[in-house]
Amino acid sequence: MRALVWHGKEDIRCDTVEDPKIEDPRDAIIKVTSCAICGSDLHLFHNYIPAMKPGDIMGHEMMGEVVETGSGINGALKKGDRIVVPFTINCGECDQCKRGNYSVCERSNRNKDIADKAFGHTTAGLFGYTHLTGGYPGGQAEYMRVPFADTTHIKVPDSLTDEQVLFLGDIFPTGWQAAAQCDIEPTDTVAIWGCGPVGQMAIRSAILLGAKQVVAIDRIPERLAMAQAAGAITINFQDESVVERLNDLTSGKGPDKCIDSVGLESHVSFSQPDTVMDRAKQMMMMENDRPHVLREMIYVCRPAGIISIPGVYSGLVDKIPMGPAMNKGLTFRMGQTHVRRWTDDLLRRIEEGEIDPSFVITHRAKLEDGPEMYKVFRNKQDDCIKVVLTP
Amino acid sequence: MNYIANMVQPKSNPKIISSGPSSRDSADQLTRALGWFSIGLGLMEIFGANRMSHALGMPRAEGLIRAYGVREIGAGVMTLSTEKQAGLVSRVAGDALDIATLATAIRPDNPKRGNAALALGLVLGVTALDIIATQAVSRRNARRSPGRNYSDRSGFPARPRAAAPASSSASQI
Repeated sequence: MRALVWHGKEDIRCDTVEDPKIEDPRDAIIKVTSCAICGSDLHLFHNYIPAMKPGDIMGHEMMGEVVETGSGINGALKKGDRIVVPFTINCGECDQCKRGNYSVCERSNRNKDIADKAFGHTTAGLFGYTHLTGGYPGGQAEYMRVPFADTTHIKVPDSLTDEQVLFLGDIFPTGWQAAAQCDIEPTDTVAIWGCGPVGQMAIRSAILLGAKQVVAIDRIPERLAMAQAAGAITINFQDESVVERLNDLTSGKGPDKCIDSVGLESHVSFSQPDTVMDRAKQMMMMENDRPHVLREMIYVCRPAGIISIPGVYSGLVDKIPMGPAMNKGLTFRMGQTHVRRWTDDLLRRIEEGEIDPSFVITHRAKLEDGPEMYKVFRNKQDDCIKVVLTP
Repeated sequence: MNYIANMVQPKSNPKIISSGPSSRDSADQLTRALGWFSIGLGLMEIFGANRMSHALGMPRAEGLIRAYGVREIGAGVMTLSTEKQAGLVSRVAGDALDIATLATAIRPDNPKRGNAALALGLVLGVTALDIIATQAVSRRNARRSPGRNYSDRSGFPARPRAAAPASSSASQI
């Protein structure tokens, strides 16, 4: 089969690889019908996430048709079923899965020993990601093996198109979780840094969850236009001061809830000297991530507010103002997405026409064009916000 | 981390049968080569400053050559990073400094002026490569916007220009 394979930094190739096989009774094989390039795939593309290996198959946003099932599936799936695959693999049986904390499943990471050493305790296995999370082959491919397939799937009805449901596997529940863990109240102003695909989903989620005012922060005009289309107030941080504008919009109190949809690769600009310092340290391996957005959120957030972090961070960050954060009584909530916790409700909302996540798709391409599309997406060329690939 | 943890590709993962074209194009390849060259030259300048200064007939320039070595390593690291454009620009600026410095060594009273001229020729050649790579990377990575209109992409089929919140009931387990 063909698959997009990681060979090294900025080196993705459309290779011919062996077909996946059933390895465990709870496995299923799907024929991928649609997959997408995620913003966090760019962290792998840039080699910021440790423990990638040449030969890793990329992709953690995918859906398809079940073509083979293991003997332990027990009727949960059958050939021909159409499923979206959550990017967090969950066993459904461990203590964390039973609590709904699917992204920290205790059994799905097959490199648990290494994850225990790196993180203190293991987290869930993830598709198309680092070997710290199991090194499972991803879904930017013609076929994919789904471990724990009896629980790691979302069945979708034929009445909905691939593009309407594909993002149930990652960016839609990720944006939703980011907003839901803000405990939004009707009087709240929610500020969202980053208007990439997750930011766009967080904006719409915050609106659906009843925020009084949603403010979107970015520098890319087409992303800001898409945020505005949903009803968000926009701030272009290259044109105006984020802190001053947010204070203006909140009568000087600051946003009640702040969402970081940027993560470890915040924009580097000489007008924000800390970003230049972070970039220099990152190059010299003195710091893993660039946490400018975290600093700005801590500074501007209203006391007793909530800081929600769906953006990916990989390791160590410097100069986090914990003094202001502690004294202001801020609450931090973060993590990879507990996809299955949210998807029943989100699928219902899509079916009822409350939201159509396909609004975010700007580019469609064939799988073999994937290596080029990584660059188009990375360089934000051709007004690219979200790429969907068809194997 | 890979090596410390002795992490390996699981045997069951699909093996590559044949490889397709890389997302690294020729400009990326040239840039990487220049980045590694910069680091190599920098190390040579730091640890071989004494021999280099004598070979060029500039015996008092040892400290300067070491400083240039540090500069080369900095530019090399930047060129190999995702900020390759900034790295290449810093390399071109460094080339200008090298050319200006070497030009002072090509004078009639320098018995090693032949070596200095040869070094200047090499620097001019590398400068040409640096300029080619800078232009290619700038062209390739430039953000070209056709000005698409996304103002109709609210994502709310029932409310094309959604502004009012729908419901305040958060979906929690």
